[in-house]
Amino acid sequence: MDALDAFRRETRAWLDANCPLEMRTPVAGDDDICWGGRNWTFKSEAQKVWLTRMAARGWTVPGWPKEYGGGGLSHEEVKVLKEEMRAIGARSPLESFGIWMLGPALLAFGSEEQKKEHLPRIARGEIRWCQGYSEPNAGSDLASLQTRADDGGDHFVVTGSKIWTSYADKADMIFCLVRTDFSAPKHLGISFILFDMTWPGVSTKPILLISGKSPFCETFFDGVKVPKANLVGTLNRGWDIAKYLLTHEREMIGGGGGGLLGGRSPGQVAASEIGTDAEGRLADPFLRADAARAEVDALAFAATMTRYKDEAASGGKGVGDKSSVLKYYGTELNKRRYELMMRAAGHEGLEWEGARTNDGERPRGWLRTKANSIEGGTSEVMLDIVAKRLLQLPSA
Amino acid sequence: MLVLNDDQVMLQDAARGFVSEKAPVAALRKIRDEKIADGFDRGLWREMADMGWTGVLVPEDHGGLGFGYVGAGVICEEMGRTLTASPFLSTAVMAATALSRAGSPAQKERWLPAIVAGEAVIATAVDEGRRHDPAGIAMRAERHGNGFRLTGTKTYVVDGQAADAVLVAARTGGAAGEAEGLSLFLVDAKARNLACERLSTLDSRGAVELTFDGVEVTADDVVGEVDDGHELLEMVLGAGRAGLAAELSGTAQESFTRTMAYLKERKQFGRTIGAFQALQHRAAHLFCEVEIARSAVLAALQALDADPAGASLAVSVAKAKASSVARLAAQEAVQMHGGIGMTDAIDIGLFMKRMQVASTLYGDADFHADRVALARGF
Repeated sequence: MDALDAFRRETRAWLDANCPLEMRTPVAGDDDICWGGRNWTFKSEAQKVWLTRMAARGWTVPGWPKEYGGGGLSHEEVKVLKEEMRAIGARSPLESFGIWMLGPALLAFGSEEQKKEHLPRIARGEIRWCQGYSEPNAGSDLASLQTRADDGGDHFVVTGSKIWTSYADKADMIFCLVRTDFSAPKHLGISFILFDMTWPGVSTKPILLISGKSPFCETFFDGVKVPKANLVGTLNRGWDIAKYLLTHEREMIGGGGGGLLGGRSPGQVAASEIGTDAEGRLADPFLRADAARAEVDALAFAATMTRYKDEAASGGKGVGDKSSVLKYYGTELNKRRYELMMRAAGHEGLEWEGARTNDGERPRGWLRTKANSIEGGTSEVMLDIVAKRLLQLPSA
Repeated sequence: MLVLNDDQVMLQDAARGFVSEKAPVAALRKIRDEKIADGFDRGLWREMADMGWTGVLVPEDHGGLGFGYVGAGVICEEMGRTLTASPFLSTAVMAATALSRAGSPAQKERWLPAIVAGEAVIATAVDEGRRHDPAGIAMRAERHGNGFRLTGTKTYVVDGQAADAVLVAARTGGAAGEAEGLSLFLVDAKARNLACERLSTLDSRGAVELTFDGVEVTADDVVGEVDDGHELLEMVLGAGRAGLAAELSGTAQESFTRTMAYLKERKQFGRTIGAFQALQHRAAHLFCEVEIARSAVLAALQALDADPAGASLAVSVAKAKASSVARLAAQEAVQMHGGIGMTDAIDIGLFMKRMQVASTLYGDADFHADRVALARGF
C-alpha cells in the first residue's frame, strides 16, 4: 500500500510538471482528439509535447511491458495513473485502435518479431491502424466473411471488401480478417493478417450516416499482395484472435459514452440549461424523474465496469464473456442518455446547421448513438451470448 | 478494489452455509404458519450470535468483530437468498451503528456487549406516515425536568414486537421538514405510556406501531447530541438502507437462480422453455440488471466502511437499484414460472412479498433516485 501511495505522489508531481495546461481542458469534439499516424498534424504544440512526454514514459500504454514501449505498470498502478490524470482533467495523450485492439491481440498472439515491430510504434503514435472485420451482408454474423486471401507462394493475394472500417481513409495500416480456407467450417478457415493501406490494390470510400457525418468507410482489396510474415498467429485460426478482440471492442464500446456530454450526465446538463427550483430540483419533473433513474443506472453501471476489471485483475484473467453484459448495458444506457439530452434541448435540438448549435452537434450525437446497439455486435447478439454462454440456456 | 477480500469471502461462505442449513425458506414458512410472535426464531438468533454476526459492526473493545459494512452486507445478502428472518438489520446493523458511533460510555457499556451476546434486540423508530420521510418527523420530545417527554406515533417499526429498547427519532426543536432540531433517544420498550400495536405484515416478519403518550426519558437516554441528531440519523438509516440493498440483491439473485433452473427443466411445445429466444433475452437482460445491482451494493458497502458520513450517494444508488432490480427479478420469476409461480406451495411468492417490504423500507427506488438526482446537482 505504501509503495502505491509513493507511486501516486510521484505520478501526481510528474503530471503536474509535464502535462501542458491546454491539455487539461475537455476535448471540444472528434477533431480535438490526438490519433497519431504517419500523416498526423498536431492540433497544437501542447498536443505534441503531451504525446511525446507520455510516450517517452510508456504511459500512452501504461500496462504494456516496457520492452514494447509500455510503462510496465501493474493494474493498480494503471488505476492510480488514470485517477491522477482525471483529477487534473488531463486529456488522453493518444487514442487509437492500435492501443485498444491490435496491441492486446499482438501481446496475446503475435510473434516476438511482430511485437517488436508494431507495439512500440503504436505506443508512440507513429502508425494509425484500422480494423477490417465487417463485410457487406455479414452484419453481426461476422464469421460468414468472404474476403479471400489466396496462397501466392511467399505471400497472400487478398481480394474482397470490408465495411464499417472506422477511419480507414486516415489509417496507415489495417488488421484484417480474411478467409484462407473455403472448405473448412466457417469459423475454422479464417486468418488474421496485417498490411499497409498504401499498398497497391487498397482503396476506400467514406459512408455517410444519418448523423450527416461518419468515421466509417467501405474498403476494397483488389489483389493486394501481403507477405506471409504478416500473418498473426496460426493459419486458419484467426477466429480465436477475432473473438479475443471482439471482447476488447465490446468492453470498450460498452464503457464509452459520455462523448458530447463532456463528463456530465443528462440531468446535470438539463439543470444548467432548463434551470432548477429553490431546492435544486430540475424544473421539469417528468424529465427529472427519467434522468434520475438514468443517473442511478449510470452510477451502478460504472461500479460494474470497475468490479469486472478488478475481478479480472485479481483473477489474472480478462473480462471474457461478461464484456457482452457491458456492451449491452452500456450502449442501451448511452442511447437513453441522448434521448434525455434531446428532451432537454427541445427546439434547440432540432437545428442541423449553424454556428450557435455547433452544426447541430446534439441531434447528430443523438443519431450517432442509434448505432451503439448495432456496432460491435447488436444488443440481440449480446443477449444471445449472455443467455447461451453465461446462463447456459439451451439452444433451440 | 471492488471485490471481496479473502476474509470477506470466508465470511460469505460461512454465512451461505449457515443460512442454507439453519434458515432455509422453510424456516420462514414455519414462522408464518405457526404465527411465532417475535417474527423470528430466538434460538437461531443466539446461533447467529455464536457465529459472531451480532458483533459484525461492534468495535473489538466491546466484544465485537469490527468486520465493517462489507461484512455486514455479505451477511444480509446471504440472508436475502433464503429470506432469513432475524433482527440482524435492526440490531446488529442499525442500533450497533448508532451506539458505536454516538453512544455515551454508559450506553455502550450497557448495550454493545448485550447486542454481541444476542441478548438484546433494539428497533429503530423513524417513520410516522405511509411514506418514508425522515425530514418530515413531527413527533415531539418536550423538555421535562432533567429529561424529555415523548408524544407521537411511529409506524412500521421493524422488530418492535421483540425489542428491549427502541431508538426513536423525535423533535426537540425545529419543525417538520427541517433537518435541525432532531434528537435520538433510546427508550425502554416497556416504558410507561408507550403503547405497542402488532402489525401483521406481508413478509410474515411483523412490525409494530408505537404510540408515545408522554413517555418520560432522561438526559442519559439521548444518543448523540440534542437538536443535532440529523447526521446521526442519516448514518443509522444509511447503514439500514445499505443492509436492505444487500438483502434485496440476495433476493434478486436467488429469484433469478430459481427461474434459470426452471427454464432449463420445464418443457412446453415439445422443448425446454429456456430454448425460446423470447425468454432467453428477458433472462439475459435480467442477469445484466442483477449484476449491476450487485456492483452498486458492494460500492455502497465499501463507501460506508471508508466514510459513513460521506457515503449517502453510493448508498442511495444501491438502494434505488437493488429495490427496482429485486422487483423485476420477482416479477419475471412469477411470470416465467407460469401458473405455478402464483401458488403458495412454491417459494417465489415469498420472495415477491419480502421484496415489497425491503424495497419500501427506509425509502423506495423513487425516494432514493430523488436523492441521487439532488446529490448530482439536479
